[in-house]
Amino acid sequence: MDVFFQQLINGLSLGGIYALIALGYTMVYGIIELINFAHGDVYTLGTFFSLAILTLLGVDSVVHGPALIGVLAVTILGAMILCGLTGVIIERLAYRRLRNAPKLAPLITAIGMSFILENLMLYWRGPSPVPFPQVIPNPQFALGAVTIQAKQIIVVLLAVVLMVVLQTFVYNTRLGKAMRATAQDKDAAQLMGIDINTTIALTFLIGSALAGAAGFVSGMYYGSTWFFNGFAAGLKAFTAAVLGGIGNLAGAMLGGFLIGLIEAMTTQFISDQWSNVVVFSVLVLVLIFRPSGLLGESLPNKV
Amino acid sequence: MRLIEPLRARLPPALRTPRAGTALVFAVAIALPFIGRNGAFTNFLADAGAFVLLALGLNIVVGFAGLLDLGYAAFFAIGSYAYAMLASPQFGIHLPFWVLLFVASGIAAVFGILLGAPTLRLRGDYLAIVTLGFGEIVPQTFLNLAQWTGGPNGIGSLDQPVFFGYRFGFNPLPYYLMVLSLIALAAWLANNLRTSRLGRAWMAIREDELAAAHMGINTTSTKLAAFAMGASFSGLAGCALASKLQLVSPDQFMFNVSVFVLAMLVLGGMGNIPGVIAGSLILSALERFILPQTTNFMHNLGLNVDLTNSRFLIYGVILVSMMLFRPEGLIPSRQRKAELHAGAGDRRAAAAEGELLTETIR
Repeated sequence: MDVFFQQLINGLSLGGIYALIALGYTMVYGIIELINFAHGDVYTLGTFFSLAILTLLGVDSVVHGPALIGVLAVTILGAMILCGLTGVIIERLAYRRLRNAPKLAPLITAIGMSFILENLMLYWRGPSPVPFPQVIPNPQFALGAVTIQAKQIIVVLLAVVLMVVLQTFVYNTRLGKAMRATAQDKDAAQLMGIDINTTIALTFLIGSALAGAAGFVSGMYYGSTWFFNGFAAGLKAFTAAVLGGIGNLAGAMLGGFLIGLIEAMTTQFISDQWSNVVVFSVLVLVLIFRPSGLLGESLPNKV
Repeated sequence: MRLIEPLRARLPPALRTPRAGTALVFAVAIALPFIGRNGAFTNFLADAGAFVLLALGLNIVVGFAGLLDLGYAAFFAIGSYAYAMLASPQFGIHLPFWVLLFVASGIAAVFGILLGAPTLRLRGDYLAIVTLGFGEIVPQTFLNLAQWTGGPNGIGSLDQPVFFGYRFGFNPLPYYLMVLSLIALAAWLANNLRTSRLGRAWMAIREDELAAAHMGINTTSTKLAAFAMGASFSGLAGCALASKLQLVSPDQFMFNVSVFVLAMLVLGGMGNIPGVIAGSLILSALERFILPQTTNFMHNLGLNVDLTNSRFLIYGVILVSMMLFRPEGLIPSRQRKAELHAGAGDRRAAAAEGELLTETIR
């Protein structure tokens, strides 16, 4: 039973990372109905950007006291801005021209963009795993036989805080309203004076910035990354978005935590080798039996 | 095309038909290894041929039926492993190659149906991600089931095909001729399918699924047929390549392979058989000759650039730039070209309509 609770904690913190990535998938899918295959790679890029910023700051070991807050703020915000801009560039280059083309076309460019990003990262940081410095002091708390690490709490907290900020933004601001309107009906939104190009670019900016935050968190959590990390993580996060109901922000969060739990439990009780197989099987099963997800409403089939 | 037209006009009418062109291409293809008399080149042709088979199969799914299958390598893996398990010391089973060719493609087709039956009702983009997931599950499963599949080492010393007492051995030539005949068969089949009732149903679904359904096409079974047919081609390719390499291992069937084959289609021209074959040959040549040669050339110039590492980057660039600037491919099918450019026309029409509306409002 202790093992179960330990994996519950591990799964939740894993899930926090997936949830942050899933938010980006769900936002982009919600607004232009495109599976942005490059999103997982933007997340890996977030880890590499954070690493570059830490190197610039000259930080390679644990930081204490007020300096820690400064370092964290600069690194996370820096990674979020850089990833956000990457997302905007990707949309501008690969997706905007194809907005009215047959569905197949942007899906193919999305796969192409993912390959391009992966290989640029391969050039940048090489094929082997790159270590990520431990910046945060990591005290551990014992609850009976279960240990909770400080970084696990940070992952979950950051995911929840960003999610709440995003939810507030989308439902309580003018820009958020513009995003929802664009998602519902682009033509009508345009006629109401909404600049849909800017709105869609904004969606990519926010989604990719969240992936950047996830990238930092994942570097901190795992202590290393490599250029191909985003492929599997992206697929799992997309599974999370679908499981929660695509287009639904709270759903992406819920799906992320569930996928994290499923992965942790599979690793513990079946075997590490099978965790990917189990998660992707969940994807297939959800799509077949409940394509609208747990919290989503069933989508009308737009033809 | 513009270069070929005047030349063609000078030919006697009997030689101007597409059939004569096809015959010419195949005659050249058969002659190629005898002209070069170079083992490495023949070896390349045999490998490239297997990928032509894959591209022809994926073309049925993506090009004809318009279903984006991102896990196509999984069926390739299934075909290869089927051969490996039934013709190797692994289980001590040694069935003849020619029987297994059909068995492997049949098994791959069955898996195509098993995957397709529940998923083909999904919207196009969901199908893409489900097939992507399937493409990850299959090699991972072959990797994990080590007691049957040899795990990461795969299965080795597979049987070599024997043709009326002639053992293929390690000479690439018989493999090349075998693959070439399979390509001929596959291209003939695909071309006949294209103009058949089924083929036109595929294209109707590609263009407008709802309209196709209303015209009385059973969309699920039609799409399933495309999946099964595409999978069976890759089963053939898997069997042929496994017998040539005499080895299968999970890393031959990763996501890269699916994207490699997709890039062949996008480059050559989705839906057009000559285009797909050309695209496939261009990319195989790029991988085997052009990149290493250019790298050598750069080294001789004193530039330390290794282009062989950048092949996946190049596939990515091909996918993006072709879809943006020439979505119909280098050698397009006329019908597909019209479809893919319809979007741009729509946009202009929509813009015009928008202006009209704004004017009315004013």
